[in-house]
Amino acid sequence: MRALVWHGKEDIRCDTVSDPEIEHPRDAIIKVTSCAICGSDLHLFHNFIPAMKPGDVMGHEMMGEVVETGSQMNGRLKKGDRIVVPFTINCGECEQCKRGNFSVCERTNRNKETADKVFGHTTAGLFGYTHLTGGYPGGQAEYLRVPFADETHIKVPDSLTDEQVLFLGDIFPTGWQAAAQCDIEPTDTVVVWGCGPVGQMTIRSAVLLGAKQVIAIDRIPERLSMAEAGGATTINFEEESVVERLNELTQGKGPEKCIDAVGLESHVSMGQPDTLLDRAKQMVMLESDRPHVLREMIYVCRPGGIISIPGVYSGLVDKIPMGQAMNKGLTFRMGQTHVRRWTDDLVRRIEEGQIDPSFVITHTASLEEGPEMYKVFRDKRDSCIKVVLKP
Amino acid sequence: MIFLNSMSRPAGDPRLIEAGPSSFGSADRLARDLGWFSIGLGLVELFAAEKITGALGMRGNENLVRAFGVREVASGIMTLSVDRQAGLQSRIVGDALDIATLATAMRPDNRKRGNAALALLLVAGVTFLDLIAKGAIAARHRRENGKVRSYSDRSGFPQGIEAARYASHKKLQDKEDISAGAGSGTKSGDNAT
Repeated sequence: MRALVWHGKEDIRCDTVSDPEIEHPRDAIIKVTSCAICGSDLHLFHNFIPAMKPGDVMGHEMMGEVVETGSQMNGRLKKGDRIVVPFTINCGECEQCKRGNFSVCERTNRNKETADKVFGHTTAGLFGYTHLTGGYPGGQAEYLRVPFADETHIKVPDSLTDEQVLFLGDIFPTGWQAAAQCDIEPTDTVVVWGCGPVGQMTIRSAVLLGAKQVIAIDRIPERLSMAEAGGATTINFEEESVVERLNELTQGKGPEKCIDAVGLESHVSMGQPDTLLDRAKQMVMLESDRPHVLREMIYVCRPGGIISIPGVYSGLVDKIPMGQAMNKGLTFRMGQTHVRRWTDDLVRRIEEGQIDPSFVITHTASLEEGPEMYKVFRDKRDSCIKVVLKP
Repeated sequence: MIFLNSMSRPAGDPRLIEAGPSSFGSADRLARDLGWFSIGLGLVELFAAEKITGALGMRGNENLVRAFGVREVASGIMTLSVDRQAGLQSRIVGDALDIATLATAMRPDNRKRGNAALALLLVAGVTFLDLIAKGAIAARHRRENGKVRSYSDRSGFPQGIEAARYASHKKLQDKEDISAGAGSGTKSGDNAT
């Protein structure tokens, strides 16, 4: 089969690889009908997240049709079913899964021993996302083996198109969780840093969850235009002061809820000197992540507010003003997405026409065009916000 | 390397059969090679400054050469990183400094001016490669100016933003009404008791 394979930093190729095979009775194989390039795939593309190996198949946003199942599906999945695959693999049986904490499933990371050493305790296995989280082959491919498939799937109605449901596997529930864990109240101002695909989903989620005002921060005009279309007031941080503008929009009190949809690769610019220092330290491996957004959120957030972090961080960050955070009594909520905790509700909302996540797709391409699309997405060329690949 | 990795993968995982074209283009490769060259040259300048100044007839400038070595290593690291455009830019500025410094060794009384001329020629050649790489990388990574699309028609709410806002506010209002009702219910119950 054809698959997008990681060969090294910025080196992704559309290779011919062997087809995946059932390894365990709870496995299933799907024929991928649609998959997407996620913003966090770019962290792997740039080799900022450790433990990738040459030959790893990329991709953690995918859906398709079940073509083969193991013997232990317990009637939950059969050949011909159309499913979206959550990027977090979950067993459904461990203590964390039973609590709905699917992204920290205790049993699905097949490199648990390494993860225990690195994280303290293992987290769930993820598709196409380094050997720290299991080294499972990803879904930017023609076929995908889904481990624990009887639990790790979202069945989707035939009445909805691939484009409408594909993002149930990651960015839609990720944006939703980012907003939901803010405990939004009708009087709240919610600020979203980063108007990439997750940021866009977060903005819509905050609107649907009833925020009084949603503010979006970015510097790319087309992303800001999409954010505005979704109901956000926008701030271009290259043209105006984020701190001053947020104070203006909140009568000097600051926003109650701040969401970081940027993560470890925040934009480096002369206007934000801390980002230059972070970048220099990152180059010589004195720091793994650039946490400019975290610093800014802690500074602008209203005392007693909530900081929500759906953006991916990989390791160590410097100069986080814990004094400000502690004295202001801020609450931090973060984590990989507990995808299945949210998806029943989100499928219903899509079916009811409350939201159509396909709005975010700006580019559709074939798998063979995938390596080039990684660069188009990374360089934000051709007004690219979200790429969907059709294997 | 990739074949060794393939062998250590679990049996059911896909293994490489045939590699396709790389996303890492020729301009990226040239920049990477220049980055490694920069680090190599920098280390030589740092640790063999006396030999370099001796060969060029520039005795007494050892600390300057070592400083240039530090600059070369820093530029090399930057050129090997994702921000290779900035790295190449710093290399080009460094090339100009190198040329200016070597030009001072071209004085008639320098018995090693032949070596200095050769070094100048080499630096000019590398500068040419730096300029080519910088131009090619800039062309590959440039966001086209003036072609920004507007997505102002992409709300994502098929029934409109106002409907989405109304639905959410109504839901929150209903929730508040229910909890207020439950609260007053308890009160009246208490009174009755």
